Amino acid sequence: MAGVDSGMVEKRGLGRWMTHLGLIIGLLFIFFPIWLAFVASTVTQPEIVKPPMPLLPGGHFFENYRRALVSGVNAPVAWMMLNSLIMALGIALGKIVISLLSAFAIVYFKFPGRRLFFWLIFMTLMLPVEVRIVPTYEVVANFGMLNSYSGLIFPLIASATATFLFRQFFMTVPDELAEAARVDGARPMRFFWDILLPMSRTNIAALFVILFIYGWNQYLWPLLITTDPSMNTIVMGIKQMFPSGDDTADWPVIMATSILAMIPPVIVVISMQKLFIRGLVDSEK
Amino acid sequence: MATVSLKGITKSFGKTEVIHGIDLDIADGELIVIVGPSGCGKSTLLRMVAGLETVTGGEVQIGGTRVNELEPMDRDIAMVFQNYALYPHMSVFDNMAYGLKIAGTPKAEIAERVGEAATLLQLEPYLKRRPRELSGGQRQRVAMGRAIVRKPSVFLFDEPLSNLDAKLRVQMRLEIKQLQRRLGVTSLYVTHDQVEAMTLADRMIVMNAGRADQIGAPLEVYTNPQTEFVASFIGSPPMNFLPAKMAGDAPRGAATLGIRPEHVKIAQSGVQGTVLYTEALGAETLVHIDLPDATRVTVRQDAAAPPPREGETVSLEWDAGDRIFFDAQGSRC
Ligand SMILES: Nc1ncnc2c1ncn2[C@@H]1O[C@H](COP(=O)(O)OP(=O)(O)OP(=O)(O)O)[C@@H](O)[C@H]1O
Ligand SMILES: [Mg+2]
Repeated sequence: MAGVDSGMVEKRGLGRWMTHLGLIIGLLFIFFPIWLAFVASTVTQPEIVKPPMPLLPGGHFFENYRRALVSGVNAPVAWMMLNSLIMALGIALGKIVISLLSAFAIVYFKFPGRRLFFWLIFMTLMLPVEVRIVPTYEVVANFGMLNSYSGLIFPLIASATATFLFRQFFMTVPDELAEAARVDGARPMRFFWDILLPMSRTNIAALFVILFIYGWNQYLWPLLITTDPSMNTIVMGIKQMFPSGDDTADWPVIMATSILAMIPPVIVVISMQKLFIRGLVDSEK
Repeated sequence: MATVSLKGITKSFGKTEVIHGIDLDIADGELIVIVGPSGCGKSTLLRMVAGLETVTGGEVQIGGTRVNELEPMDRDIAMVFQNYALYPHMSVFDNMAYGLKIAGTPKAEIAERVGEAATLLQLEPYLKRRPRELSGGQRQRVAMGRAIVRKPSVFLFDEPLSNLDAKLRVQMRLEIKQLQRRLGVTSLYVTHDQVEAMTLADRMIVMNAGRADQIGAPLEVYTNPQTEFVASFIGSPPMNFLPAKMAGDAPRGAATLGIRPEHVKIAQSGVQGTVLYTEALGAETLVHIDLPDATRVTVRQDAAAPPPREGETVSLEWDAGDRIFFDAQGSRC
């Protein structure tokens, strides 16, 4: 990989074609399984099971997708997607709100224990959900939040990473800006709302994309705390569709579900692409 | 419009005291320039008046009332920052209007006042632009506009021109002066540039390591410096300092004799020295001369006068009345 960066600009002729070829092959390689899943979601069960596997879409697109959305295997996919959407939005927005506020507190206010709180937040970085899953489960169960949206969302909201990101960004905002706002008569929350928040717009967008996908792709936690099929999220729901014992799997419906599960993150990424990239590359000051 | 009074102001950061007691009375509509070398506490003093820094000791009064405990917004001041501190995501109009908006001023009045300020500062074509789409000088004007629209009773400037190039600085200096005259708002202006201080100030306060060495009108400070520090800081090229014993009639306790470069003449007789080099600046020529005891003397002479050759031995002469004597502590005597 060394030298790719430096050569990128000047590369002409053959080198350029080779680069493109490499990228295209890589892309096909990654895209192929998705294509297979799509093909499988448009044919019938016998067609999938009988080798060789079909490589071109069949004629059962609408039928399979309608079956998945409306009835699914355990619960209708439309329902599971709604659950996932609520969870992913809840996690993404909740995390953003909490981390914006905590970063604001840490950067702009002097209060006793500021460093302590900062390090406490920092330490939670070392404790992802998987590590604290048993005690968290117990807490959630005691609060009676099993099989509920709050149970799905709240334990995943506290976020050190996002707090860090905003802390870093806030620290690059010149002090004079806060002072100018103070002279202009803005109280702290007004400054936060009118100045800090709009300036963080691109960072928020970038974070939203990342966190939405993070929330959407949660598997272990929903699997643990939702026993009621009507509370299943789609990512874990796919796994639940796999039959236990001797039942045959309904592959077309499972594949249709997989394809459907991919759509919302793709929509989020594409629609926020411009802001997202700007948020990662510069901070618009 | 208001008077500003500082009474025995001190400031400590932790255990280090950086301002050691400053007294100053500013008349209504006066423009006071705080000048001094880097780190002498100019910004700190200004920020205490603004309310951005707490006052450790003493009292700040604006319009006769104590404001030590008031928030900046309640002091009826406006401040222009060195890096302008414009809100990057707001248009020029919104930048100027923000303070009024917070104060709950009616929309129509905001538009009118911002419009007035924009006309005054020739900013009308740029009202819809973002700060990053403006040149340095235009940003500087927006920062001024933001201060003007609030119609405060005191303007505070912290090195507002130091990010501009030399030519623009001279132009903006003039504009600020005219604007301040026209609006008649009491102003405190911080700079480390003594030319800026001389040209702008009604009175200036020369600070040295947290103390006010001298407060007075620019020419008064120039011709009659109270300390050796002031004498060396104000004036370019700086005043010449010679051992006081060179003058037979030095007052008791005098350690240093100060004489401005324009008061030294190359003459037929007097103190002898060797010409080190000459700088022809067009309208005038600076001649740098080494005396036998290694003190350096600068002579400022008219360009029309024939400059001496380098290495030549010349005699220097000055009027006894132009001399200023300082004691060993640097105070006038
Ligand atoms: N927040 C602070 N904490 C500790 N010391 C400070 C703080 N702010 C300023 N100082 C110290 O106070 C002294 C005066 O600083 P100040 O910023 O007022 O200088 P200045 O005259 O404005 O200099 P410059 O021309 O470089 O802006 C300096 O020695 C500085 O180190
Ligand atoms: Mg300063």
